[in-house]
Amino acid sequence: VTTATADQATLMPGAPPPASVAADIWRGIVRENPVLVQFLGMCPTMAVTNTLANGIAMGLATAFVMVGAGLVVSLVRKYVAHEVRITTYIVVIATFVTLADMILAAGFPVISKALGPFMPLIVSNCLTLGRAESFAAKVGPVRAMADGLGMGLGFTASLALLSAIRELLGRGSLFGFDVFGPRFEPWVFMVMPPGGFLTLGIALLGLAWILELRRRRAEVLA
Amino acid sequence: MSNLAWIFVSTLLVNNFTLVMFLGLCSFFGVTAKVETAWRLGLANTFVLLLTAAGAWVLNTFVLLHTPFLRTIAFIVVVASGVQIVEMAVKKHFPVLFRQLGIYLPLITTNCAILGLALFQTARHYTLVEALVFAIGAGLGLTLALSLMASIRERIEVADMPVIARRMGLVLVVASCLSMAFMGFAGMGSAP
Repeated sequence: VTTATADQATLMPGAPPPASVAADIWRGIVRENPVLVQFLGMCPTMAVTNTLANGIAMGLATAFVMVGAGLVVSLVRKYVAHEVRITTYIVVIATFVTLADMILAAGFPVISKALGPFMPLIVSNCLTLGRAESFAAKVGPVRAMADGLGMGLGFTASLALLSAIRELLGRGSLFGFDVFGPRFEPWVFMVMPPGGFLTLGIALLGLAWILELRRRRAEVLA
Repeated sequence: MSNLAWIFVSTLLVNNFTLVMFLGLCSFFGVTAKVETAWRLGLANTFVLLLTAAGAWVLNTFVLLHTPFLRTIAFIVVVASGVQIVEMAVKKHFPVLFRQLGIYLPLITTNCAILGLALFQTARHYTLVEALVFAIGAGLGLTLALSLMASIRERIEVADMPVIARRMGLVLVVASCLSMAFMGFAGMGSAP
């Protein structure tokens, strides 16, 4: 799926079709996974996935922001003028990001320091604004929160996958605990910037390969 | 003076905003199908970066001294309104340029490179002049990365690629190679 189709999906007018709360959550985790399918929120995906703890912290912080912003955006959706809606959503999102930033700084100072400026940068993550505009602004608060939770968890899952691969190969550890023992020579390249691009690139190539195999098998059977 | 030169080279090459710091990846992947648009978007970004650097510095020095927790909210509002003002000004005075940039101009608001610049210059306590040089370096670095990527993608477009590599996967592997090339500049030293 290219970014062009993702853009079309987020710009689609009108409310999304009715669905159960469970379906709203599940959609974000699998079928419309923000990173692997919609290709949204790339900057934090690359920048903070050098260790598993950072990746999961960033994912959960984003999920928190999306649930909170989804609730508020959905509650005020009937009172916000069309012209100022984007600015309103951004200010709402920025408020929750500031909250998440302060909670993280108070509770987990080490992770907060490692994430650095990428924590406040959740504001300009296209995923948060995209879901506020295309989903939360058009449905009731419960569905908006469900969607935010699903998208946030899907984001967390992708980040956890990428950061687990990168930390395992780049440091030979998981959550900071040694996995391969002292004889393992760390593949430092994987925790450096090019490793981020490479890991996601190979993950996407693998996904495309599996989908292609499945398509061919369906063709043979048909 | 040497400090300013170092900030410029460091942001342009050693810590390239897109390829090493991972800022502004949405436009890096989304708008790099053609060299011409990539080039123009890079220059528009540079202009907004300059405005943001000045705006964020003024805010930070005179207004936000005692309320650091309002930084994120204040900066994003500055960025959003800055982009809006630039859009109106360009539309009125340079209609041709406005048509060429099209949708990319308003999209600059959600470019994390802009907010990232404001946050980094604050974290590093840059003076106004340093912040402006930082913005120019970042903008030109962005333009460089966008044009490089766009030129490579124009060639890939006409090459005979396997089916699975026709989507984003291959673009990311190419980005990885570009990023690797920029890692070579790390030998010049680390950021100030």
